[in-house]
This record gives sequence, C-alpha cells and structure tokens, in this order.
Amino acid sequence: MKAIVNIFLKEGVLDPQGKAIHHALDAMNFEGVEDVRMGKQLVLKLTSDNKEDALKEVTQMAEEILANTVIEDYTIELV
Amino acid sequence: MKHVAILQFPGTNCDLDTKYAFEKLGCTTTVIWHKERELPKNADLVVIPGGFSYGDYLRSGAIAQFSPIMNSVITFANSGGKVLGICNGFQILTEVGLLPGALKRNIGLHFISKFQTLKVVNNSNDFLQKCDKDRVLNIPIAHADGNYYIDEEKFKVLEKNEQILLRYSDAHGEPVIVNGSVTSIAGVCNQNKNVFGLMPHPERALEDILGSTDGIKMLEGLIA
Repeated sequence: MKAIVNIFLKEGVLDPQGKAIHHALDAMNFEGVEDVRMGKQLVLKLTSDNKEDALKEVTQMAEEILANTVIEDYTIELV
Repeated sequence: MKHVAILQFPGTNCDLDTKYAFEKLGCTTTVIWHKERELPKNADLVVIPGGFSYGDYLRSGAIAQFSPIMNSVITFANSGGKVLGICNGFQILTEVGLLPGALKRNIGLHFISKFQTLKVVNNSNDFLQKCDKDRVLNIPIAHADGNYYIDEEKFKVLEKNEQILLRYSDAHGEPVIVNGSVTSIAGVCNQNKNVFGLMPHPERALEDILGSTDGIKMLEGLIA
C-alpha cells in the first residue's frame, strides 16, 4: 500500500512560489488562471496492509515532520 | 570565562565563523556534531549557526530538529539555558517549536545576500541588552527562507510580550520589506526570553575590515 501525502501552504498564507508561477503563466499569455498554489507530494511505500493503522501512522508522520502545521495543511490518500 | 556550545549538522557552514566570533569575544567554545547526545556540562550558551542543514531538504531546518543532540538542546532551553539560532539556526528553532512562527520562502524567491539595516525593537532581553532601543544596526543577511510568518493572534502576544527583537529597516529605522516577513520581523525570542532567533548574521559583523562591528554588541549581551 502507498500513502500519498500532499502538502500545501494554508489558505491565507501567501505562497511566493505559486505567485511567481502565476506571473509567468500570465507573461506567457495563458489566460484564465485565477490562482496558483504550489505544494509538494510525498509518496510513501508502506509495509502495512491495514488502512486504519496506516492512516494513523502517516497522520502522525505528517504532524511531526512531513508538514509544518504552523504554515501548511496536508492531505493523505491511501492507494 | 563563558563556554559556548556550537552545533554542527551536515550542511552547517557558519560553525567556524561562530566559533571564531565567540573566541574573539573571550569565550571558550566546543563545536558539537549533531549525533552527540549531550551538551558540554559547562555550556553557558548554545548556538545553532547558519548554513543549510540537510541541504534544506523537505523544509529548512525540518530534518535537523530530529538530530540526536536536539533533545539535549530542548532540555537545556526548557530549564532556562540560553540558546541562539542564527539564520538556519532560527529556522531549526521554529521547526522544533522552541520559537513561535515559521520561516517561508522569500517573497521575491531570491537568495538575498547583502548588508541590511535593522532596527532594535526591544532590548528587554539578554541578547540585545547592550543595544539601544530603536537604534539602527548594520548586519549582513544571507538567506532564501527568511520570510517570517506568524498568525495574527500569536503576533499580538509576541508584540505584547516584547518578543520582537529586530525589524528590517532603512537607515532611519523605518520598516522596509526585504523578504516578506510579517511586519518586517528579522528576529524574535520565546516568552521566557532565553531562546533567540534571527535571520541576520551578527557573527559576520565583528570587524571594520568586513564592513561593520555592530554584531559585537549583540553577541556580547549573551555572554555578559
């Protein structure tokens, strides 16, 4: 089983990289982009097959190190 | 004679400058590899110097916070010991939760390396006790992730408790936007005023030949 962890800056926390990418898209004449948020994706290959245990464990990982919850939100998807 | 313990992680690159600085100010020093578990028993001050611990992987300071030595640093800080984090050291101290807030990518995305004027916001603490309030200092900065963020509620607490140490300013002390920091904050301390963090590098401003000696007064406060 894999855990896919997506990490983004919280809504309301300015994302300088997303903003720069948005500017670049504007400069390239790609219209119709309202906002760009840049994040990161971590793919964890797990040994466990138990979704409940895995979710608990990956949540703990996200809280303790993968995300900085002062500025970032995260989502966890198990596949 | 005061003893200063200087931490060294893989990727730290200001450890020897920091050692030089504190020895120049009359201290003895030990550089501690991050895999050590104990600080020297006689340490009066722990400094986490600048650099790029673990290559800034994941986030600046994120991985260093779990190095073996950090448990001792947390114990030292929680029992009132003085800790200073410079640049990457500041990032590590916010990641580990010894200082409030977080440091994000600079607003212009550039790595900024230059002399920068700073205003002393509060000197009711050991670190800046030798600097006059509202005085403007000239200290080098060199960082990509110095954009200090703290939510509004916690900012109010910071301000009320006089935990804001320094702000990026012009030569007259008016705040300027350098990296996007909330209200141009360049350095903060914890509520107990024994843990200090700042993005600028006082250890690089000790000699006229290098352009400024304003760092002396800052570092001297911690070893007074």
